[in-house]
Amino acid sequence: MRQPKKSSFEWRKVTESRLFFPIVALSLVLLFDLAFVRGFFAIEVRDGNLYGNVIDILRSGSTVILLALGMTLVIATGGVDLSVGAVMAIAASIAALMMNPYVMAKELPENLQKLVNDPNFTYAPLWAVLLVTLIVSALCGLWNGILVAYAKIQPMVGTLILMIAGRGIAQLITNGIRIQIFYEPYAFIGNGWVILPFPLYIVIAVFTLLWLFTRKTSIGLFIESVGVNARSSYFSGIDEKKIKLLAYTLCGLFAGMAGVLASANIKTSDANNIGWALELDAILAVVIGGTLMSGGRFSLLASVIGALVMQATTTSMYAIGVPANAVLAVKGVVVILVLLLYSEQVRGFVRRITVQKKGV
Amino acid sequence: MTKSDNDIVRMKGIDISFPGVHALEDVDFTLRKGEIHALLGENGAGKSTLIKVLTGVEHQDKGTITIDGKEVTIKSPQHAQELGISTVYQEINLCPNLTVAENIMIGRAPMKFGSIDWATTNNQARQLLKALDVDIDVTQTLGSYSVAIQQMAAIARALEISSARILILDEPTSSLTTHETEQLFGVMRKLKSEGMAIIFITHFLDQVYEIADRITVLRNGKMVGTYDAAELPRLELIAKMIGRTLNELDDMTKLKLESSKLIKSEALLDAKGIGRTDSIEPFDLELHAGEVVGLAGLLGSGRTEIAQLLFGIERPDRGSITMDGAEIENFSPIESIERGVALCPEDRKAEGIMGDLTVRENIILAMQASRGWIKYLSLSEQYEIADKYIELLNIVTPSPDQLVKNLSGGNQQKVILARWLATNPRLLILDEPTRGIDVGTKAEIQKLVLSLAEEGKSCMFISSELEEVLRTSHRIVVLRDKEKVTEFSGEVAERNIMQLMAGSE
Repeated sequence: MRQPKKSSFEWRKVTESRLFFPIVALSLVLLFDLAFVRGFFAIEVRDGNLYGNVIDILRSGSTVILLALGMTLVIATGGVDLSVGAVMAIAASIAALMMNPYVMAKELPENLQKLVNDPNFTYAPLWAVLLVTLIVSALCGLWNGILVAYAKIQPMVGTLILMIAGRGIAQLITNGIRIQIFYEPYAFIGNGWVILPFPLYIVIAVFTLLWLFTRKTSIGLFIESVGVNARSSYFSGIDEKKIKLLAYTLCGLFAGMAGVLASANIKTSDANNIGWALELDAILAVVIGGTLMSGGRFSLLASVIGALVMQATTTSMYAIGVPANAVLAVKGVVVILVLLLYSEQVRGFVRRITVQKKGV
Repeated sequence: MTKSDNDIVRMKGIDISFPGVHALEDVDFTLRKGEIHALLGENGAGKSTLIKVLTGVEHQDKGTITIDGKEVTIKSPQHAQELGISTVYQEINLCPNLTVAENIMIGRAPMKFGSIDWATTNNQARQLLKALDVDIDVTQTLGSYSVAIQQMAAIARALEISSARILILDEPTSSLTTHETEQLFGVMRKLKSEGMAIIFITHFLDQVYEIADRITVLRNGKMVGTYDAAELPRLELIAKMIGRTLNELDDMTKLKLESSKLIKSEALLDAKGIGRTDSIEPFDLELHAGEVVGLAGLLGSGRTEIAQLLFGIERPDRGSITMDGAEIENFSPIESIERGVALCPEDRKAEGIMGDLTVRENIILAMQASRGWIKYLSLSEQYEIADKYIELLNIVTPSPDQLVKNLSGGNQQKVILARWLATNPRLLILDEPTRGIDVGTKAEIQKLVLSLAEEGKSCMFISSELEEVLRTSHRIVVLRDKEKVTEFSGEVAERNIMQLMAGSE
């Protein structure tokens, strides 16, 4: 950025920053914890690794963060991807099957039987498992992109197809069986610890790469311009269809990663439950991050904070002992509060207050 | 004006303002029973605002409306319908996937035993259409019929709604073939003979003279006058519509004469027989470096179509375009940009600006698109380019980081110009670059076009304002009804062009 002419601290600049409201929202949730949950911020060191509620938010939140990153790109082009939860299930099924296809057999010879729950056994090497899983996930995204960009189907309808069919496909892959995952190196991806939880490193790496890809090339600008005005973009020489295709493909790829994390964490491929309703969490995370559903400007960091707001709410509710069923309702309340913060009226109000302060 | 008993609508002193625009200024308009009254004027003249006032969509700030001698306040479109005013809009707002009968009768279908009586419904619809001399199967979907038939259905519906006495047709013929237009005119004459008062809005002057009894001309929201069609020569009509004033030799003209010496003789772009069905008839066109070619023609005459063909938005379905001696095979904006062609589109809002992006981003966009995604201009390069054009074009903005939507129309237009100048084009096509911007900026842009030509660029200048085309162009191509009529080199009398725009006298 260009150096501001005045180096003085300006309130207005702060309140108009894209990160301001997501950070306010996150702070509110954390303040609540500070006030009502004893020891919420306590961090424990065990075997050189860190544990605690805050760490847990980061760890459990990594799935939604990955989804939200991909969703940010899609929403910025003016679309939406409802299928990410289903793509997670597909990814989990493929990974589980590749690691242990013997589970599918009705009768196994004695020598193979013991391989089924051997934590050191995998049928395909881990790199191949991950490669195939992620390629298939990206293809799922590509399919969505083709429907939206080339077949001109409305994003919500186009991705609804895979949202519905995806779980069926995931079931077909594993023949309806819930495959348990015993292979330890794979499980480590989801629940391993290297000082911090391992998923966190994945999220940081993906975020950094994606940020470089969108902000250090012109891809980010092209995505935003397609979201703001697709026809003008076309007139300016931007291939809006390819840009959309790219956004959906990346979204599918990240959903696949999220599927790997989720299945590694619970050590099973549960086609029915993995990623269930997570597409909505991801969309809300992006909305909390301030990206408009109509497309245009996006901020990856704001979406990450948005995802953390969602996860922090869930974790806090569990921490104060709210039953799992009620957590959904509380989440709804939080989302409403955050969106109220976003309404033009409220923003205008905040602006008036801060401008007055400056005037004093 | 004589107060005849025949007047069904009398609008007096209508005045209406929108933020920043004085849309109508003291406009009088009268409509008689059994007449076809053409409402004419270039874009933004106030035709549609006048219609909106009459149909209750907008309310006049000043002025009165009298219908059948009684002063009325038209509160809403429903109220207008109750008063017997029916409107058929340019875009047919019917449902193509419902049957013709459903479209005509929807909402008023006769009921029997609590459900729609289909036999009667279809019968009534058939009768209504028969009255318009259209005999078709009303149980087929509307979409399966031609646009003309759909238009008839829209008219039938309009007549059914309110036992209408006043029918407004807003550019009904713009998507019709000659034959279909004839069919529509037949219906209009029939309705007229039955005493219907019809307001007819169109851009096709041939049609005005064929069917209209009287003509009202608006220009820039002001009333120019109402005339009997038979007594108003075509040439005079155009002069009234575009409101030109003959300028003597001024700076621009001198500049033009000087720069005309720099025009290269070999063609930069050579279009041979290119055309596209239903869009523009095949035409030949040569463009040279250092030259400004103006396209003169009324709205809908094919100006924009030519611009879009040359830039690759639309693909020609016949003929060939040669540039630098090689025939162009791939048509798309990005390929055109790479060939050095740029298009400032006509519709600034829909095809030009990115309102939510900054001035800087808007300016570098096309240049970045041609560099590809990986060779991203660094921020300092972006600011350098933006600052350069902000200064060069005198763009008024607090900073290059301002969102473009916050700029005035003229400055938005300059940002788009900057976007294209930044790609360093050899052929710059400007489609209505001065529409909706103030006089000062207009003159700036006209000068800029000439100086670009002097630098050796080839420019194509499109405008509804004939005067402007004359001032800026070395050569003028005249278009009428989607056809290239002729072209003039050098200085030509304005009168000649106007005659050609209008068609033979």
